[in-house]
Amino acid sequence: MPDVQSTVLEFVNKLRKRKIEGSQSTAKCTVEILRSVISQQRVPHSNQASALIDAVKAVGEQLVAANPVELAVGNVVRRVLHIIREEDLSLATAAMAGLDLLDASDDDGEDDNCRGVGYSAMSAAVAAAAARSTLRPPSLQTLLEGTPESAAVPYTSSSGADSESKTADKSSITRKLKHDVIEGVNHLILEISGCHEQIAEQAIEHIHQNEVILTLGSSRTVLEFLCAAKEKKRSFRVFVAEGAPRYQGHLLAKELVARGLQTTVITDSAVFAMISRVNMVIIGAHAVMANGGVIGPVGVNMAALAAKKHAVPFVVLAGSHKLCPLYPHNPEVLLNELRSPSELLDFGEVSDCLDFGAGSGSPLLQVVNPTFDYVPPSLVSLFITDTGGHNPSYMYRLIADYYSADDLVM
Amino acid sequence: MDPRRGPLAVPKVRRVGFFTSIEPSPETPRPNRSLSGPAEAITSSSPLSDSPSGQFISPVQIPPSRHHSDNLASRAAPVPVPGPSAFRRQLANDRALHVGSYNPVDSLLGTSPPSSNGEVSEDSGSLFGFQRSDSAKLSASFPNGGFDMTMRVRAPQESEAKVAIASTSDGRKKNVEASERHYQAGEGESVAAKPRKEKETKSLKEKTSKAERRAIQEAQRAAKASAKGEGSKRAGESSRPKPSKPAKQPQPKKEAPQVTSSVSEKRAVSVEKERRMDVPQTQMQYDDKSRVDKAKRRSVVEQTESKNKVELFLHLPQYERGNQLPNLSSNIFSLDTIHHAVYKVGLQHLAGDISGDNARCIAMLHAFQEAINDYTTPPMKDLTMDLTAKINGYVSFLIECRPLSMSMGNAIRFLKNQIRKLPVDLSEPEAKASLCSEIGRFIDEKILLADKVIVQHAVTKIRDGEVLLTYGFSCVVEMILLYAHEIGRKFRVVIVDSRPNLEGQKLLRRLVTRGLDCTYTHINAVSYIMGEVTRVFLGASSIFSNGTLYSKVGTACVAMVANAFSVPVIVCCEAYKFHERVLLDSICSNELGDPDAIANVPLRNNKKHSKTMDNNKNLQFLNLMYDSTPAEYISMIVTDYGMIPPTSIPVIVREYRREDLLL
Repeated sequence: MPDVQSTVLEFVNKLRKRKIEGSQSTAKCTVEILRSVISQQRVPHSNQASALIDAVKAVGEQLVAANPVELAVGNVVRRVLHIIREEDLSLATAAMAGLDLLDASDDDGEDDNCRGVGYSAMSAAVAAAAARSTLRPPSLQTLLEGTPESAAVPYTSSSGADSESKTADKSSITRKLKHDVIEGVNHLILEISGCHEQIAEQAIEHIHQNEVILTLGSSRTVLEFLCAAKEKKRSFRVFVAEGAPRYQGHLLAKELVARGLQTTVITDSAVFAMISRVNMVIIGAHAVMANGGVIGPVGVNMAALAAKKHAVPFVVLAGSHKLCPLYPHNPEVLLNELRSPSELLDFGEVSDCLDFGAGSGSPLLQVVNPTFDYVPPSLVSLFITDTGGHNPSYMYRLIADYYSADDLVM
Repeated sequence: MDPRRGPLAVPKVRRVGFFTSIEPSPETPRPNRSLSGPAEAITSSSPLSDSPSGQFISPVQIPPSRHHSDNLASRAAPVPVPGPSAFRRQLANDRALHVGSYNPVDSLLGTSPPSSNGEVSEDSGSLFGFQRSDSAKLSASFPNGGFDMTMRVRAPQESEAKVAIASTSDGRKKNVEASERHYQAGEGESVAAKPRKEKETKSLKEKTSKAERRAIQEAQRAAKASAKGEGSKRAGESSRPKPSKPAKQPQPKKEAPQVTSSVSEKRAVSVEKERRMDVPQTQMQYDDKSRVDKAKRRSVVEQTESKNKVELFLHLPQYERGNQLPNLSSNIFSLDTIHHAVYKVGLQHLAGDISGDNARCIAMLHAFQEAINDYTTPPMKDLTMDLTAKINGYVSFLIECRPLSMSMGNAIRFLKNQIRKLPVDLSEPEAKASLCSEIGRFIDEKILLADKVIVQHAVTKIRDGEVLLTYGFSCVVEMILLYAHEIGRKFRVVIVDSRPNLEGQKLLRRLVTRGLDCTYTHINAVSYIMGEVTRVFLGASSIFSNGTLYSKVGTACVAMVANAFSVPVIVCCEAYKFHERVLLDSICSNELGDPDAIANVPLRNNKKHSKTMDNNKNLQFLNLMYDSTPAEYISMIVTDYGMIPPTSIPVIVREYRREDLLL
């Protein structure tokens, strides 16, 4: 698969050089690349799920390493893995349904494992698998039973070839898994590109007549959200913090104005001054962590604190691909990225006075230009995702819907 | 963090408010403290240690209930004869010497903008390299241009004088206009004004009948209006007779009865009332149509209202920027009512050449000093009244150029009080000299000296290994940092900056040049950097009596984030900036800057977008200048009276403001 390999490399390079940014676009690219990886992956007759998982994981690790801050990549990789596991499981349960078919259905790794044990053990394994990949976090029993079994998955791939009695329906099942997975991935692509509309549909419930809304950063989700409310004949006013030094607020303001919204651009420093007249702060997240914390454009924490101080609702819009199953530790530093100082300070302006620091060896001047900001869950009033509105405390549960526990650590 | 609460508990707080002389106990901790350099410096810097017996005298031991300022000013004030002012002068000098004994700060002050040589305006401009080219030319042309201008100003009035009475002496011509207003104000009232003036007035009255005087007025007004009409297009107004009387008029009208009574007690009673109407313009609500129109009619600066106003701030002036400057600077040779020094300062404010509250205030006071020096009382008028009216005119001009800061309002109020309490029997030169020296004293004592004291206080709060954060550019904070560096403290500075002024770069430059270890970032990243900060030092534009800090926009954000990270916030503010107003939010009272400054983004790829969107009425740019920080975010305020919590602001305002301004 040289072509897939090259597209992956190309994408990795893009990620590394930050040519492609923003969770929406990276998520889309990632999922498309994974789809081609899956479709091109030659699947062994038995145990094809684990083969797919391995392939996706290998590519996923590359992508995540290319830009660890772009959490959406990791999220999407985990989503795809979860899809594979689920499809695999549903095929297995379908095979289970008719017990007489059981001998033939050795494409599943678990079957090889349990061949000599008998039906009762078999059904236990299926139940365990089902429990593992369904929504609940694994119970103690499933953990105990599931561990050897999931560890056995790779081994069985070699032994899987022993099944001589291949039937016609087996190859169809093989194809079916891949087909199902690709269908699931397609569904995911649709979901990612369609999350704006689903979020925007809820706008009318949250934005009322004559409200004043503050936003910052440039988020397509926010844009669609506000415009959806506008289309429903709600008239309101939007304050946009300009978001120095990237000035994404200006871009957002430009688009808002183009769609006929009353927009006022303010400096970032005026956020606190204006918040007392603001009815709601709406921002688009870069990523939502499992604890309900939000990683957003720089300056968001300031706005959240000010909103808290004035009891203004702080609403975060996030598509499901932004939900990250990880719990953050020191996210301000670890999940952040420092950009070029030249955005803040023209080197020519200070170069003459920098000579003074040359003697001591260490530079006298440091310029800090972070990209992201972390908002702790206590400052967030509401998350609006494509599945509806949620509390910060509920996010861990929502996240469990989308990811399987095995993939959390890649 | 124990240093956080520490400062509030320190005995120095007691210097505020009431303290009695039987309180020697704080003396005991004192020597310990004075072991360290700066503490000693504080004692010596404290004005109270002026007493001959010299060394380590606690401020607490001095017979209290009055602060040092009344040693100098207020004690002398009730018996205001020329003598005390000289004495005062000397004392102030004395003290300046004394304080100057710690040299580091002296040298440091010499380089920083509010230097004591009256050249602040020019200095600051050229020092920062911030001067715009056009106004640079302007200010450069000034020293020579001043004389030319006065000559030319007289020229048109010469013709007026022909129309007017032949007996008007040459010296009076300048003030013909003012006297005209006086006529109208109180035909008969003004007669009784002063025994000294009475004769003149009467003789003048006899010479000119009522009708004649009316004719003179009309002619004068026509001449004035047509002169104005050359610059502007409002020639039509010249035909308007009496009803277009400028709104300034009520001022002398109301004052006239007071002067007639001339009883000092009555004056003192009405002081409160007057004070309120002294600077009404700062509180002017610009959504009040009629008043705005009235103000416009008399304005010198031709303001065009911006088309795209922000609805929330209709109560504040929103004008187009930058277009009046060339017009105004060409007008400079034809102006008649505004003194050239004041005019120059006004233009500098307009152009943004002078920024920073202290610099602006000092520049204004120096201009007033000059104006007072050049002032001559018109023949039939009272110096107190006329000078106040003149100053009012200047102030409203300055307001047109740029809304006054709170500190400037305080300084103006101080000046007016000084004028008001001038003794009646003082001759004009004496009165002028006294006023000028009072202004000089105000600058020296309330601003320059106060800064030194603040530096001494604040430096005790900087320890080795600390990381100090400051926001924007504040002269006092700069002095503190540089001084702390000079006395060998090892610390790191984080400079937080914000668009559109990027004043922090100025500070960064200066600190890095001096060898301080600096980190520069913008306000959005403040919560990223706050984790490593141990103290926040902020400057102030004003502090209101509910403890609200009114300062450059963004200060509130920094203080809020610091508070969230449990980092102590120390505000450095001279006491003359305290104000007895109260403020709850940043909306009701604020100043709007140039919206284009925000629209112009240094973005490489899409530079044009805001230009093309300029005409869209849905898009507005809001450039707030100030915001108000709630008192709860402030751990401590360092003033010239010591280190106090924000709750003590009203105490300072009540106890000391009254002495300085009213007595």
